[in-house]
Amino acid sequence: MKKYSIFSLVRNAVSYHERWSEAWRSPEPKGAYEVVIVGGGGHGLATAYYLAKEHGITNVAVVEKGWLGLGNTGRNTTIIRSNYLWDESAHLYEKSLQLYEGLSQELNFNIMLSQRGCLNLAHNQHDLRQLSRRVNAIRLNGIDSEILTAGQIKALVPILNCSPTARYPVLGGSLQRRGGTARHDAVAWAFARAADARGVDIIQNCEVTGIRRDGGRVTGVETTKGLIKAGKVGVVVAGHASVLAEMVGLRLPIESHPLQALVSEPIKPVLDTVVMSAAVHVYLSQSDKGELVLGAGIDSYNSYAQRGSLPIIEHMLAACVDLFPIVSRLRMLRQWAGIVDVCPDASPIVGKTPVEGFYVNFGWGTGGFKATPGSGWVFAYTIAQDRPHPLNEPFSLERFHTGYLVDEHGAAGVAH
Amino acid sequence: MLLIPCPWCGPRDETEFSCGGEGHIPRPADPAALTDPEWADYLFMRKNPKGVHTERWVHSQGCRRWFNVARHTVSHEILAVYKMGEPPPETGADSKQNRT
Repeated sequence: MKKYSIFSLVRNAVSYHERWSEAWRSPEPKGAYEVVIVGGGGHGLATAYYLAKEHGITNVAVVEKGWLGLGNTGRNTTIIRSNYLWDESAHLYEKSLQLYEGLSQELNFNIMLSQRGCLNLAHNQHDLRQLSRRVNAIRLNGIDSEILTAGQIKALVPILNCSPTARYPVLGGSLQRRGGTARHDAVAWAFARAADARGVDIIQNCEVTGIRRDGGRVTGVETTKGLIKAGKVGVVVAGHASVLAEMVGLRLPIESHPLQALVSEPIKPVLDTVVMSAAVHVYLSQSDKGELVLGAGIDSYNSYAQRGSLPIIEHMLAACVDLFPIVSRLRMLRQWAGIVDVCPDASPIVGKTPVEGFYVNFGWGTGGFKATPGSGWVFAYTIAQDRPHPLNEPFSLERFHTGYLVDEHGAAGVAH
Repeated sequence: MLLIPCPWCGPRDETEFSCGGEGHIPRPADPAALTDPEWADYLFMRKNPKGVHTERWVHSQGCRRWFNVARHTVSHEILAVYKMGEPPPETGADSKQNRT
């Protein structure tokens, strides 16, 4: 791997940027690997990277049915935060945020992490009490979070409609200053490049069509590029979690729904933080190019279609125009949807399964991007050690048998 | 946008309806006899097929009655609408060939 630096930039400028070497190889699959990771999104690539880095397992392949990061990794609204209510979630997402903070240096790739703060709005007394409770819980876990008054919010976000006669009056909010955004494509590319440099084979356009088993143990995956034998298989997919799980006869508490996002035409800088309103299903930030990035809610019915319905967008934009009157005449440039894998408790499933050597990491639902490095880190541990790390132990599939659910609908139900 | 043919009111816009999720999940006949995994299966586990899905809808803004819909989860095409208590029609649901 050639190191990226100011000197490599200058050197390549002299040759008109035509001689950059490729960031990762595109090898044909070998016949067998120690570990095969199914899914080449951010979480899968991070898993491969940490398997190589933390556990010395480099005989690893990542198989991806399309191109890298073209699923939900490239379809989210790039928000990063760790302000979760329950201890189990707070510890996992905080681990991820801490890894994000050193990621550009560690991977030698600018992921454009911008800790611009993440603001959650309260529109009524009940919202305010809930936010206060959550901020207290978060601070008890040693994570930064604070309550802001309506006056402080107006100063922080001047374009917000804080009028007491607004349809959704702003009574206060909570702010996590270490929250913010990162370039989602760069996160996938950075992990891919770093994993490739440690010997991981990244195989694109290779769809898994079946899982080979011998007795109760996984022996490999059948793909569109032939059979690939594997000692262990880690499934790190989103919308297609149920499809992959069915290949080994596993039933999941997951349903797939479309989640939509939009970007507006670019405008001058008006917003230097991330604003979320769970009550009215709006969250927005401004990209470095000046576009407003807006997220909507999920469609209520199951879908694998990667397109959402118009009423959802209409509902979200109506609330957005009321909260931010200046956006009323903005044009929206692009709209898209990703298929999110939603669990009944809005928490992920990361751990072992009844099938030996078959590990799963999915169910991140509407908010997986912020967890990318942490998810890969704990999942690599789980695969390498054949047991969950204390951080992901509560997120087992068995929690649906024991009833020990981690209900994060308040933090994760809508806003990401 | 879906155009959903309500069995009582005829074709109406999707926004008039609410989706009640997967259909044909019978309540356990003897709840006290169930093990924890069996309860989990009844409460939480879902088919979530990539293909034909049989699901319940209610016409919330209309007649407020429940009915079943067989709908493809990739094309969103509605293949059948039938009343509660009726068995699902032959639409290829549950067949593996159905997956695309």
